[in-house]
Amino acid sequence: MAMDVAADAKVLVTVTVNGQERSAEVEPRTLLVHFLRDNLGLTGTHVGCDTSQCGACVVTIDGKTAKSCTKFAVQVDGADVETIEGLADNGTLHPIQEAFWEQHGLQCGYCTPGMIMSTRSLLERNPNPTEEQIRHELEGNMCRCTGYQNIVRSVQYAAETMNGGDD
Amino acid sequence: MFPTSFAYHRATSVSDAVTTLASNPDAKILAGGYSLIPAMKLRLAAPGLLVDLGGLDELRGVSIAGGQLSIGAMVTYNQFRDADGVAAAFPAIPECIYGLGDQQVREHGTIGGALAHNDPAADFPPVFLALGGSVEATGANGTRIIAGEDLFVDLWTTSLELDEVITSVTIPVPADGSISGYVKHQHPASGYAVAGVAVAITLSGGSVESASVVVTGGTSKPSHAAAAEAALVGTALDEAAIDAAVAVAADGLDINGDSYASAEFRSHLVGVVLRRAIGQARSRA
Repeated sequence: MAMDVAADAKVLVTVTVNGQERSAEVEPRTLLVHFLRDNLGLTGTHVGCDTSQCGACVVTIDGKTAKSCTKFAVQVDGADVETIEGLADNGTLHPIQEAFWEQHGLQCGYCTPGMIMSTRSLLERNPNPTEEQIRHELEGNMCRCTGYQNIVRSVQYAAETMNGGDD
Repeated sequence: MFPTSFAYHRATSVSDAVTTLASNPDAKILAGGYSLIPAMKLRLAAPGLLVDLGGLDELRGVSIAGGQLSIGAMVTYNQFRDADGVAAAFPAIPECIYGLGDQQVREHGTIGGALAHNDPAADFPPVFLALGGSVEATGANGTRIIAGEDLFVDLWTTSLELDEVITSVTIPVPADGSISGYVKHQHPASGYAVAGVAVAITLSGGSVESASVVVTGGTSKPSHAAAAEAALVGTALDEAAIDAAVAVAADGLDINGDSYASAEFRSHLVGVVLRRAIGQARSRA
């Protein structure tokens, strides 16, 4: 579908976020992360670096992992976006959230939403990753507190519980 | 940080994109966005108009037919890696994509975008060049084929005209007995290639019939290491031949240095990664 927006104009962008249709008027330069946080009030998706490196803003767009600071909201008009707020089910944590809790996969928690969203995409593609594969697939997510040891343990724990393994 | 204001046009066809580009000299093409958007956020790029190719499904096919691999320009790295037959015929491609960027770059970055951007430390352009690839580009003056050797001009610069869109990438399926590989020494923080080498070698009756060795990271554009190629052709690809190629790997190349790696160190690394790339290519054969 064609879309044309002048530089000084705003356009109505409609996105299905965590199953709910949400709309807001934005400029073409509005990044998806700012659309989620400022227009829709979903502040679980974080801005960490402004340079597309840190991964604190990771969401999924039509099921694919994405840095929401590296998409314009106009690009995802009509798409299906899932954020960290969509993971828990009526107050019951998602198994990956549970795993980060159980394995102490965070200190300050700033990187955690992105870590969990990237972990979800990685476990969808590879339900039994090796430690090396976990570290490799999380290269686009930076943590400045824990040194990653407990994050890797959290991902391994999540993989075990999601595969119905013994725990 | 957010970019300066720009107008946005979602293209409905390649010809619509070309028409829009031709009448807006300060426009840029938006493909995967993982190089352009970070540059815009830092205001290193400030296009007045973005022409988004995201809606053009006709640019998303991958096929192998008639001895040619054909890839639509908007195919992402992950789609390319997972396409039927690619890994078997071109072992260098999954090797290159495995270590490229991060999970999100591999999901969104596009094959056409990588070539048009021509980052001097990128991973895919050297593999494309080593495998003898070419691109098809459509502009206001029609459609033309550009060989890899003619596409890359200098740092972030290609021979594409401002109104030209890469529509597809073609790579010949290598002859039986061909091997390929890609190895980089990556910067510990950025993951970009400090020095990387792609090799594509055809063996016939136990001897090297042709050898393509392409360097990235140390040079301003992906560049053939002609001395190393010459040192390999006609040999049995034995240790002595590899030693000889490694010894001359950086000869004739204009290797850049920076605060992380001097030109001398990078020149040494080119030989190191060449040896590893040949080893990897053989192990995948």
